[in-house]
Amino acid sequence: MARTTRKSPTRKQGPTVRARPVPRPSRRVLVLVATRKGAWLLHGDAKRKVWRTDGPHFLGQIINHLVLDPRDGRTLLAAAKTGHLGPTIFRSTDLGRTWKEAAKPPAFAKAPEGVKGRVVNHTFWLTPCHANEPKAWYAGTSPQGLFRSDDGGDTWEPFSIINDDPQFRSWMGSEQDGTPDGPKLHSIIVDPRDPKHLYLGMSGGGVHESLDHGRSFAPLVKGLNVVEGFDPTNLAVHDPHCVQMCPSNPDRLYQQNHCGIYRIDRPAKEWTRIGKGMPKNVGDIGFPMVVHPRDADTAWVFPMDSATVWPRTSPDGKPAAYVTRNGGRTWQRLDAGLPKSQAWWTVKRQAMTADARNPVGLYLGTTSGELWMSRDEGKRWTNIAQHLPEIYAVEAAEVG
Amino acid sequence: MKVLLPTPLLSYTKVREVEATGATLMELLADLDRQYPGLRFRVIDEQNTMRPHMRFFVNNEQVFDITQSLRPTDSVILVQALSGG
Repeated sequence: MARTTRKSPTRKQGPTVRARPVPRPSRRVLVLVATRKGAWLLHGDAKRKVWRTDGPHFLGQIINHLVLDPRDGRTLLAAAKTGHLGPTIFRSTDLGRTWKEAAKPPAFAKAPEGVKGRVVNHTFWLTPCHANEPKAWYAGTSPQGLFRSDDGGDTWEPFSIINDDPQFRSWMGSEQDGTPDGPKLHSIIVDPRDPKHLYLGMSGGGVHESLDHGRSFAPLVKGLNVVEGFDPTNLAVHDPHCVQMCPSNPDRLYQQNHCGIYRIDRPAKEWTRIGKGMPKNVGDIGFPMVVHPRDADTAWVFPMDSATVWPRTSPDGKPAAYVTRNGGRTWQRLDAGLPKSQAWWTVKRQAMTADARNPVGLYLGTTSGELWMSRDEGKRWTNIAQHLPEIYAVEAAEVG
Repeated sequence: MKVLLPTPLLSYTKVREVEATGATLMELLADLDRQYPGLRFRVIDEQNTMRPHMRFFVNNEQVFDITQSLRPTDSVILVQALSGG
């Protein structure tokens, strides 16, 4: 078994990459909505003003993530389970017209006789691998595990040492130590310059980086705060909610953490808290983190109420996104079009995203089943779907 | 033997009652999975334990061990237990 190292790895500065280009006008935005009781696909027109709703798919099934493979533009993977049945992955190679179940969904290795083995409760996160690894995908599960498929999501195998490594297992804690719906491995990020360079987030357990294609991972948590009274050198108390890499500068990552908003510019090894400039009555706690496809200084967050018992609602019942245009030095409130009061929903970590248009379109799904979008980078919000089940994840893709 | 399945598994079998064989519950589930690929993992986890909200009855008696032996004349019922709203 490969050994895990605590030593922070170093990585040479790679070649620069092109930021995501503005898509051709003939292409359309497809919004993928995963909910507690099924999935919906919203097909936009050229101006992103009219949306055709396709769904429900898998009515009644808990869909934690629905992702389009950008490498072929037609393969969809859906992470599913139901209240009664175990977890699985559904695959479509025709943009959701037909679905086929994975022959071998993510599952932990069978434990030796007499040893209590772990059981995947649900697949939480799906990430297509590098552009040079066609048909390969990563999956993060709850309880925390990392899995890989090399055949377009049909069969999955445990990947890297994380799942069974005693050190990582201690950082993961027990199922009681995780989020209310179970501890999660998420934010699986592949460096577009190098398929061997990976990041992932563990709630709890911290942020980790691999330079050797997942054979080993090293913690990347320096500079991150933890809950008051706990020792930040204990990775089990670190809780990254969502980590994003900037497409226009893969050396820059933003993070929405349980204890603030952060940025890191590699090869630096220390995160900088950039949420201090948020309004004091709003704070810098939330779940989603969204980055601009072409401007690494621009990022969006959606704060929530983290006071007292952690209501996980919009602060004061007044939902708003916040944007920084200068790498986190200052933040501006973006709430035009959103309810002005008595709106007690919030946005989960996978439920806010951006398209690659110019201006960038933003999309957010709420815990009360509403889908909102902005065609102008958050200046004004429009409701494009309501009365859906609780929204778990929203992805925006280009098709056509 | 006859196996009565709950509605969440209809997407696999299309019908509630199917025929399957096996000298144990584990073998019966393997036969069901051969006939209806993917079904077994939805009701039995990777450690070979029954999923929390699935209940197994043999001749109307609840069983908890998938090594439970079966006879060709037994009737098997899988039931979905309560699992919240």
